Formats: sequence, C-alpha cells, structure tokens
Amino acid sequence: MSNYSASDFKKGQPRWCPGCGDHFFLASLHKAMAEIGVAPSQTAVISGIGCSSRLPHYMATYGMNTIHGRAAAIATGCKVVNPSLAVWQVSGDGDGLAIGGNHFIHANRRNINLNMILLNNRIYGLTKGQYSPTSPRGFVSKSSPYGTVEDPFRPAELCFGARGHFFARAVATDAPGTIEVLKAAYNHKGASVCEILQNCVIFNNGTHDAVYSKEGRAKNAIYLKHGEKMLFGENNEYGIVQEGFNIKPVKLGEDGYTEADVLVHDAKCEDNTLQLKLAEMEWPVALGVIRDVEAPTYDDCVWSQIEEIKEKKKYHTFAELLETNDIWEVK
Amino acid sequence: MEIKEKESVVVRFSGDSGDGMQLAGNIFSTVSATVGNSISTFPDYPADIRAPQGSLTGVSGFQVHIGAEQVYTPGDLCDVLVAMNAAALKTQYRYAKPDAAIIIDTDSFGPKDLEKAQFASDDYLGEMGIDPDRVIACPLTTMVKNCLEGILDAKSILKCRNMFALGLVCWLFDRDLDVAFSFLREKFGGKPEVAEANIKVIQAGYDYGHNTHSSVANVYRIETKHKVPGRYMDITGNKATAYGFIAAAEKAGLKLYLGSYPITPATDVLHELSKHKSLGVVTVQCEDEIAGCASAVGASFAGALAVTSTSGPGICLKSEAMNLAVIMELPLVVLDVQRGGPATGLPTKSEQTDLLQALFGRNGESPMPVVAAASPTDCFEMAYAASKMALEHMTPVILMTDAYVANGSAAFKLPNLDEYPAINPPYVPEELKGSWTPYMRNAEGVRYWAVPGREGFEHILGGLEKDDKTGAISTNPENHDLMTRKRQAKIAAIPVPDLEVLGDKDDAELLIVGFGGTYGHLHAAMDELRSAGHKVALAHFRYINPLPKNTADVLRRYPKVVVAEQNMGQLAGWLRMKVDGFVPQQYNEVKGQPFKVAELVKAFEILNKE
Repeated sequence: MSNYSASDFKKGQPRWCPGCGDHFFLASLHKAMAEIGVAPSQTAVISGIGCSSRLPHYMATYGMNTIHGRAAAIATGCKVVNPSLAVWQVSGDGDGLAIGGNHFIHANRRNINLNMILLNNRIYGLTKGQYSPTSPRGFVSKSSPYGTVEDPFRPAELCFGARGHFFARAVATDAPGTIEVLKAAYNHKGASVCEILQNCVIFNNGTHDAVYSKEGRAKNAIYLKHGEKMLFGENNEYGIVQEGFNIKPVKLGEDGYTEADVLVHDAKCEDNTLQLKLAEMEWPVALGVIRDVEAPTYDDCVWSQIEEIKEKKKYHTFAELLETNDIWEVK
Repeated sequence: MEIKEKESVVVRFSGDSGDGMQLAGNIFSTVSATVGNSISTFPDYPADIRAPQGSLTGVSGFQVHIGAEQVYTPGDLCDVLVAMNAAALKTQYRYAKPDAAIIIDTDSFGPKDLEKAQFASDDYLGEMGIDPDRVIACPLTTMVKNCLEGILDAKSILKCRNMFALGLVCWLFDRDLDVAFSFLREKFGGKPEVAEANIKVIQAGYDYGHNTHSSVANVYRIETKHKVPGRYMDITGNKATAYGFIAAAEKAGLKLYLGSYPITPATDVLHELSKHKSLGVVTVQCEDEIAGCASAVGASFAGALAVTSTSGPGICLKSEAMNLAVIMELPLVVLDVQRGGPATGLPTKSEQTDLLQALFGRNGESPMPVVAAASPTDCFEMAYAASKMALEHMTPVILMTDAYVANGSAAFKLPNLDEYPAINPPYVPEELKGSWTPYMRNAEGVRYWAVPGREGFEHILGGLEKDDKTGAISTNPENHDLMTRKRQAKIAAIPVPDLEVLGDKDDAELLIVGFGGTYGHLHAAMDELRSAGHKVALAHFRYINPLPKNTADVLRRYPKVVVAEQNMGQLAGWLRMKVDGFVPQQYNEVKGQPFKVAELVKAFEILNKE
C-alpha cells in the first residue's frame, strides 16, 4: 500500500482558466501518483511550453517547465542518467506533436521508460487560439479564418508508426478513467503515451463534447479492458466485431450479430493492427489502455550494456584508460 | 651518402583516400616521438567519403612536423612529399618547399592516372616544373607485389603500398623500424599475418632507399635537444577533449553523459566516448542537435556531468536549450568544434568564426563562460577546466576547439589525475532542508544544486524567470532586473588564470594576440620574428569569458598590438568592447586552412615597421 496521499504531490494554486481540462487532469495525476506510491523526491515531472506545460509548478515533486517542444528530449536525458526516478513528461498537442514531434516519435522508437502525457485540446491556448496539429481539416481559428487546409495528426497513429509499445486514452473529466491509464502507464516499462482528451473553454469549447460528460461517454465511448469482450453502450448493447480486414461497431441482435461475434480486447498483442483500428474509431471513442506490449527499454539496455562491457573490458578508471594506448617513454 | 643534421622537417604523405596515408603518417609520427622528437600533425581529408579512385577530389593528406626542439605547428610547407598517385602530386605539390624531396609511385602515373589527374602529357614533372633530381621515382606497386606475392591476395597486397612509402621515409630520416613494427603488431593483433606482411613491406621500402638512393639523396637526422622525460601517447584534439571530460567526471565523482548528433568535425568525440562504457560513460546519439543539448540539460538536472558536442551549425540549433541551462543555472559543457561557415560552409575545414556566436548567440541577457583550446593536447586541459567551471559555478560553458586542433595530433604526456584540482559542485547543504529555495546562492553567488532523489529538496526549475527568494514564476520588474544582474555577476566572478605573455614580455614592440587553435602558428611566427631580431611578444587567450583580470594591463602595455584570428575580427571586437580605448591592428584570414607561419611573419614584419 502507498504511504502517500494526493496532497503530498500537490503544490500551489493553478492559474488555468476556470473549467480548463488541465484542472481535472492535475487532480487525477495527484491521485494516481499517491496510489502509485513513488516518493515525491523520486519523481520528476518535465514539461515544455503551453498552458498544460505549467503543470510541474503545481507538483510537490522534482520537475522542470522547460522550452517549447523539448520536454521528451530533456526527460530522456534525465531518465537515462538516473533510471530509478519516475519520470513524467507532460505536453500539449502543440508542444508534443508540432514543435516537439520529432522528440515524441523518437522517445517512442527508443522506448525509454517515460510516462508521456499528451493533453489534447486540439488548439493552441497560450498563444490565444491558433489551430494545432490535431485540429480537424477545415478548422476555423485565428490563424485559419477560412478553415485549415491540412489534415491533423492522429496521436495513436504517430505513436504506433514510431513503434510505440503503449498507448492509452482518457477524458480529462473522467477521474477514474484517467487514474487508471496513468497507473497503467507507470506500470508499463517503456515509453507510455496517454492521450488525455480535454476541453479548452476559451478557444475550442466543446471539441470533445461527445465524450466529455459521463452520459456522453456512456453513449459514445468504449472502455477497453485487456482480455474482455469489447462491449459498449448504456446497456452494453453494442459490440466491436471483425469485418473482413476491418473492425466495426454493431448492435447486438441486429444483422445476426450476437455477443459471440464480439472481439476480445488484446492490448498485449505485438501486432498493432487492430489496436490502431480501435484507437482511430470515431464512434465509439476508444478509452482505456489500447496497447500495452512489453519490450526492452532504452534505459535498461544502456545500463545493462555498460555492466556487460565493464565485465569484458579491463579498464575502469581514467588512469587505466590511458594505459590502453600505444605509449612510449622518453628517458 | 651524407647525413644532414636538421632542426626540424615536415613530411607530407598524400595519396588516394583508400591508400592509408593517415596510418602511414601516424606511424611515422609515433616513431619520431618515441625518440623524443617534438611532433605536430595535421590530417587533411577530402570532404567526399570515397571520391572516384585516382581523382583530384579524392586525395587525402597527412602532414607531420618533427623537430629537435618544440614544434608548434604541422609546418607550412613540407621538406618531403610522398605522392602515391598522379592526382596526389598534382594537388599536393603546392604544399612542398622549392627544394623538397618528392617520392612518387611511378606505377600510378600511367596514361589513365595522368588523365584522371588532368595532366596534358606524360611529362608530368615538366608540367609541374619539378626538377627530376629531387624526385625519388620508384615502381612502388610492383615492388610491393613482388614482396608479398603468395603471402596475401592481390587486393590486400595493394593495401600495403603505404607501408613501402613509410619504409622509404623512415630510411630517409634514419628512423629505427622496431617501433613501427611493434605498432603494427599491436594494431593487427588479431591478424598476425597482416602485421607481418606490413612489416615485410616497410623493411623492403627501407632497404630500397638504402640500396638505390644512398648515393644520390641526403639522409636527415633530427636529434632531440630537450627531452622531457615521461610516458607519452599520440593524441588528437578530439580524443583529448573526450579524455578531459572522462577525467573531470571521475574527479567530480559523477556520471558522464554525452548527448550528441553526428557532425563534422566533432563526431570523433561521440565516437571516442561511446567506446568507454567500462568507465560508465553514457552516450546518447540523439534524433537531432536540439535533443543532444536538451537531453544533456535533463541529464544535468538528474546530477550528471552533462556534455553536448557539435560544430557551428549545431550551436545554432542548441542555442535555446543552452539558454535554458543559463536560466535554470545548471552545469553543462557545450563543445563547439568550429568549422568553416556560414550554414554548411566548409564542413571539414577550420575557422574561428563562431566566437561571437558563442558569446552572444542567444536571446536575452545570457552570459555564458567561453573557453578555447590552444592545441590538440590543450583540449584535454580545457575540457577538464570547462567541466570544473560548469560544475562549480552551475552554468553552461562553451568549449571552443576547431577542426585543426580537433584532427591534429601531438605527443601527450600522460596526465596524473591526482595532480589536477578537485571539482566540488555546490550541492545544497543538508542543514538547509526546510528553508531552501531553488535560487539560494552560496558566497560566490552560485545557486545550490539539489539533485532529484534527495528528500526535502523537491523543486521546479524552468525557462520562465523565477523569484529570487521563493523560486516561483515571477514577472516582477525589479526581480527580473535583480536576477539578470545576479546571473551576470556569477559569470563575471568566475576566477580564470592570468593572461600569460610569451617572448619579449618586457620590451616587445609588437604584441601578437590570438585565441584558441592558432596558438602554434602565432608562437612559431613570434619565434621567427625574434630570431630575426624583432622584439615581439605573444598573448594567447584560452579564457575568453570572463577575460583574465590582467587583460587590459597586457593589451595596453605594448606600443603595437595585432589581433590575429581566422575570422573577420571577432576577438578584436570583443576585446575592444571590454577594454576601453583599445584599438588593435588586425590580421584576419578566413580560408579554412591553418595560418601559414611565413605569411604571418611577413605581415607582422610590415606592421612592426610601420
């Protein structure tokens, strides 16, 4: 059992707008950390720039609110030097996927043991309302008054394309769902991406309306659990079935579909094809742990290689290193 | 045969990229260093990885200067030029003295070779205006084939041509071959048959010289005058830099972290540090230059000696993360191995054009110490000094070297780490638990370091301005002014050694001023001027920010001062900014090549007469 309560991780008074999704997420993060039970002194929370990147200032842990887009790279250095730290990297959709897109994909590819939070409100908030790389095509914003003419990223697709091994999704207002994915992310050894759907009340109000309320989620979301049948709807009247090379939602009892046809969720499957299809469903929106596959982590491998080479090589100090060279003596 | 005593000689090995000229040059310099000669080397690689064989762009050179007394540079022009093919003779002859001996492999001067090298006729010596009496023309390939037939396959035999040339040069300079033999046996430890084949070829080259040319050519002897007893190794600047970081981390009792992205001419530092996992060195080849620096900032936060290595274009990309380390006041060493710019510029060539970028190339008031290494071996000293400075003063430090010192090599007297100063980072004292805030400073104005993992010192740093007292985000105007001044004062207060004046320090009429990798050339120029009767002194900067305390005194002491640098006047400008009323003469050259001592001497003589 954990020795900590949420208040042990809490600090200061958040300055986000009233109703901002960041408030909900922060409260869930405090609770999740308390349940995880790693001491604040052994925890580092590292963010970039943006509304959500203010988050470390409200943590009683170690942390850094750094520069735009670089949180994943900075967290990488921190984790690889001290793998015993629990390192959380917090970015918004702009910080993580636009200016920091390169670091996002490479942290996933390397599989460094970071808990990577992507707070996705599909808008630039701190710079006051420009479209982001997750804003839908045609999105009207201050910098796209006639609508955008570009397609958005789908975060799961990027994560999977970078050979990511963990992807989970939660809605900021859904505390139990958020806490669950945060704990799963911590428990997953390797880069774990949690996409948190959150609302920006000022610049993109209602962007996640379909799933933002409990009622909405009951109708429009599916909570995925590894090893369980993928049923959803207010009375579990819907299920996800396979159709040819694809999956689709069906109503049980219609078109001859029964519960026996419903697929069982497999987050541990190495092949990510169906997991990606789940992540990209527009209805229902998949929540929970979508992919959670064990793989060697970068930080473990760095240090086990160091240990292995220490055994093999005969030099372990600077003075011994010098002796490995061709040396001559002038008398 | 006549044996001539010489003070110093310069040998330039040149051939196709695949001809092994670097190895031949290396062995020759090691053999010479072993008898106590002073050495200085300069490899001159083509920019292309493997240009078409025999082409003009594919020529690779290695120049070594050996001296009875201290030599400071690889030499302007060579006394002996080895040209392994026609293209090498065509492109490298301009580095030869008018009376230089020239060794060529006549087997590589066939019609096709001459065509590739753009000779108009088969009278290549005539076209170049070379007196045939100065040429040791030998059918080198044929002789190597005869020597190794049946021992190695045809392809491997050709790879040994460089050793024949080496043997010939060893004969010319009366060198003992045993050292070369043991070098090769060590190098090809796993393949004794290759080692013995190479040895056979060296001996053959030596014997060829002895038998064929003893009546026509001179043999030179370079007797060591002032031996500094001790144990030595050959080291390049980049390797010495890597060693300096390793030494500093060990002294400080810290993990060494390098975040880097490959870039010429800095990559060898990444290569070198990646080898030494048995010392616990962590190297991460990052996704880009930005991540190289950013990850190093993260590593520093986590308590490592953090380093990022790059060249000028990489500094452009790292600037923002460097600035983050400035405002977070975390230790970091940023290595800039300068090359020709701007943009991609001249990637394999050397310049000093990043100085103002290092001093000022960041947004905001962003003071950062800048130090520069003066020679290949000085890279070790300055990497150590930069690490100590960063760790003890909680600041990023820029260490500047350049392609010339990074790739050049010299004899390195093995350092004894016990004799180096301790490195004591300002870890936050345990008794401050409960009252500590992130920007509390020690008596030197340095922020304390609380490394994650310590209970009771949890804190948040960041790129936003912080309150001096509480460490919380602050936009208070008075506080920002205060923090700006504190960061400035912290850097200004870093103690650095006084500027040393060499040469005629009491009565010089001309003071030569430089920084970084031009030390050798400026020193050699000063020596020549002094032996010609001029009163000249040299003040060479290794510490550029903060400047040594005696800088103004030194610069104002002499009637004439010339600042000589491989840029358009960046050090001169910095000194003018820092020393009231200081208006020096300038000697500026931006050719991507090391200074030529003879050209410096000429220019300084004219200056001195004016």
